[in-house]
This record gives sequence, C-alpha cells and structure tokens, in this order.
Amino acid sequence: MNNATFRTEHLSVFYGQYEAVKNISLSFPEKSVTALIGPSGCGKSTFLRSLNRMNDEISQAKIKGRIWIDGVDINDPGTDVIQLRQKIGMVWQKPNPFYKSIYENIAFGPKYHGIKNKAELDEIVETSLRKAALWDEVKDRLKQSALSLSGGQQQRLCIARALSVKPGILLLDEPASALDPVSTAKVEELITDLKKELSIVIVTHNMQQAARISDYTAYFYLGSLMEHDTTEKIFTNPEQQMTQDYISGRFG
Amino acid sequence: MRAKLTDKIATFFIVVFSLLIVAVLVGLIGFILVRGLSHIDWHFLTSVPQTIREGGGIGPQLFNSLFLLVLTLIITIPLGLGAGIYMAEYAKPGKITGTIRLVVEVLSSFPSIVVGLFGLLLIVNTFGFGFSLFSGALVLTIFNLPLMVRITEQAFRSVPKEQKEAGLALGLSKWKIISSVLFPVALPSIVTGTVLAAGRVFGEAAALLFTAGMSTPRLDFTNWNPLSPTSPINPFRPAETLAVHIWKINSEGLAPDAAQIAAGASAVLVILVLLFNLFARWLGGVLYKAMTASKRMG
Repeated sequence: MNNATFRTEHLSVFYGQYEAVKNISLSFPEKSVTALIGPSGCGKSTFLRSLNRMNDEISQAKIKGRIWIDGVDINDPGTDVIQLRQKIGMVWQKPNPFYKSIYENIAFGPKYHGIKNKAELDEIVETSLRKAALWDEVKDRLKQSALSLSGGQQQRLCIARALSVKPGILLLDEPASALDPVSTAKVEELITDLKKELSIVIVTHNMQQAARISDYTAYFYLGSLMEHDTTEKIFTNPEQQMTQDYISGRFG
Repeated sequence: MRAKLTDKIATFFIVVFSLLIVAVLVGLIGFILVRGLSHIDWHFLTSVPQTIREGGGIGPQLFNSLFLLVLTLIITIPLGLGAGIYMAEYAKPGKITGTIRLVVEVLSSFPSIVVGLFGLLLIVNTFGFGFSLFSGALVLTIFNLPLMVRITEQAFRSVPKEQKEAGLALGLSKWKIISSVLFPVALPSIVTGTVLAAGRVFGEAAALLFTAGMSTPRLDFTNWNPLSPTSPINPFRPAETLAVHIWKINSEGLAPDAAQIAAGASAVLVILVLLFNLFARWLGGVLYKAMTASKRMG
C-alpha cells in the first residue's frame, strides 16, 4: 500500500506546542471509503483538515511530515494550493451553502476556474446535482436561494458543490451528524454511489455508519493512529483490545 | 412568588423606558414637522436665501447638503471598506492591529469643532483647498471613517467561518472569497453603517463652518462645467449646507421671517435624512437580492 497515490507519511500537526496529530502514516486506496473513527479530541478532524491544507488558516498550526497526492507533496512551497484544493472536495458537519441561488452555489467554482460557456455550466450544475441525488427536488427552483432548502437538502447541495470542480478526493467531516435519519440515509447512499468515482475519507462518530459505508477504518486515539485495516476486520476481529472496546461502545 | 414579582417589575420598567424613547422621538419629529411643514413649498425649496427681506428659500443649501453627501461617501466608502476588510481578513492580531484599532476609536470620539479647526489649518490653509465642498468632505471623512471601518470589520467578522472554508475548499482565492462570498453576507451591516455615516453628513455643522464655509456663490444651475466657480457641481467652491444655514439664520439672521425659515429648513433636513435612510435600504436590498438570490435583506 506504500505506493498509493494518496497517502500521508509520518504526519504530525502541532497547535503551538500541542501535538494534535502524532506521526501518522496512512494510505487511502483509490475508489474506496476510509472512515476515521475515535473519541472526541483524538485528532481525526485535525488530520482530515490537514489533507487539503485547511489548517493553513490557523496561524499557530504547524505541519511535520508529508502528504502525497498524485506524486506531489502538498505542503511543498512550490505547490499551488488553489489548484490543489480543486482536486479535493470537502463537506462539513454543518451545511454551509453560499448565500446564493441553488444554481450559483454549484456554478460558482467552475466559473471561477474558467468555464464561461452557459451550456457547459448548466451541464455541470445538472450533473453535480444528479450525483448528489438532489436534482429532482430542486430542478424547478434553481434560481431560489440555497438557504430556502431544508438542512438535509443543503447538505446534499454542499456535496454537489464539492463535486462541481470534479475532484478526485472527497473529505467528509461528520457529514451526517446534524441531519435527521432520513437525510442521513440519503447521504450514506450517496457516499456509496460516489466511491465508484472518488476516494473518500470520512470522519464519523457513528460506528454503525462507519461499518455500513466504509471499506477501510482507521482508529485514532489521543492523536495517534491505533489501528488501520479493512472495515470488516476492524469491526469483527480487531487486533487491539482498545479498538474492540471503542467500537462496541464501552468507552468514548 | 418573589421571582414572579421581580420579573413583573423589571418588565414594567423596560416597557416604560422603551415607550419613553419612542415618545421622545415622536414628539421631536412631530414638533419639527408641525412647526416647519407649513413653510415648505416649491418656492422655498428652490429659491436662494434673502439677507434682509422676507421670502428667502434654501435651494442652494439643499443642493449643497446632497452634493456634500455624495462627495463624502465617494471618499468614505472605499476607504472604510478597504480598511475594514484589512482589519477583519488580513491583519494578524498583534501590536500594529491593536494600535490601528485604538487610533480608529480615538478618532471617532474627537469633538467635531476641534476636527473642524484642524481642517481649517491643514486642508483649507496649508493645502490651499480653501473653503470648499472638497475640504468639507475630507473633514467629514475623518468623522465617518472610524464608524465605517468598525462596522465593516464587524460585518466581515460575523460571517460564519464555514462560508470562508467552503470557498477555500473549492480552490477560490482569498480575494474572490472576500468579494463574492463574504461581502454579500456582510452587506446589510455595511448599508447600516453607510446610513449612519450619511446622517452625520446631513447633521454636522460645527466642523463645516471652518471647512465648507458659510456662504455659497451665486450658482448657475445651467452651468455643468465642474471647474467653473458658478457651477453647482464644482467641488472646490464654498458651500453652506442646510445644517450650517439653520445655525446661521438662527444666530444672526436678519430676515423678518428667519424663525420660520429655520423651522422649515429643519423639517426639510429631517425629511431628507428619512428619505436617504429609505433609499439606502432600498438600494442595499436590491444589491443583496442580486447577489444572494434571497428575497429580503436580513
């Protein structure tokens, strides 16, 4: 697995003196879902945010080690972070659509990256919304504000927006934890569909969710990677007692 | 039982205080309008003032106030937006930012008569702009900038940080995020700031006495050459605004109907502020709708 195109190598993340992520080497196989699980504060979200350099925004955050995507060290000074982030979509816990129309939410990214042709943009909007299983619900109201959608619809809109710039990787930070069960089921179904085309990394607190949708699972504890294997192995026969305790709900 | 009683007393006082404020406001506006409205007609709004005879109007002063507002906003809005955006999005917390913030706060609490004298010395005399609309606009900018900067900074800071992250994750540049993602969300607060700044332009008298001057040349409203001394749109001519005019005729007016003119001009000023308020909100609403696809600004 060491030659995977998307992987981290001895990655540590510091907030000032505090080491939030400790020396993690992890590979994300293509066209599969990797779930990051672990109790609150274990560093899994910090780890996820470092994968598209979201931690750049936090002035005290420092990175050690490397993150490789398609043979490029993303923290290399020569790496164009704007180009890099186009290859990586991200969706957060709280839906955060732009204060724009539904259409504009999807078309905004592609427009900025140089697509001016109206027909082409229309096409991108439709495809992205279809992939996010939202098209049928919104196709007659594309000009309306995205904020008029329900929470679950907004979250799928955010997924569609992430897909609009055709990324190869999708990072999901607890994408369903603020949604009702019906919307959650839709988002999970969506993730299973999307992995045919993308590598997906998802942070989740929901063990059943990790078991249902992921192919690989990584268990984090206090900033360290405790165990990483296929989801089946982790959930049926983990190497470590601690992992066993966590997934069976005995702590965390 | 005690908690209930305390609650009732507190509610009583809060309601009384709110009603008191509303009553003062309604009383004040009512008083000004009742005294002034009867004097307002087309002739009053368009003709020039008379020094010693009856029947003078406020035409040039009305125009001056509006023109000064436009000039001031042309200087204040870009500067205020620029500095506010810098403070919110670019400046790193530290000594320099702290100092800038302190200077801005101090600036906003300067007495207007002192700033007027400063304007007289520096802008009018040393820089040689003379008593002019331009000098007046610069001095008003000194007042308005702190407000504009603070309101812009707060407006940008209060946009949820998830909006910015969403933009970053899409690979947008920082400037694109500021101008196209954050700005529309911040717009309603910025409109409020502009309205407050405008109110100050209409109402300020002390600082303008020494900078925009207390007289208006004989204006020729058919002359639109901005460099001609008699042109209304020449920014380098002296210009008495409505507020200054009210002060002047109240303190040294010789016309027999000076009191009525002052009352009429006050009513016009109040109506002007209200109209501008409505206009700015309407314009902000149109912009907001165009940028966000939302129906109402909120």
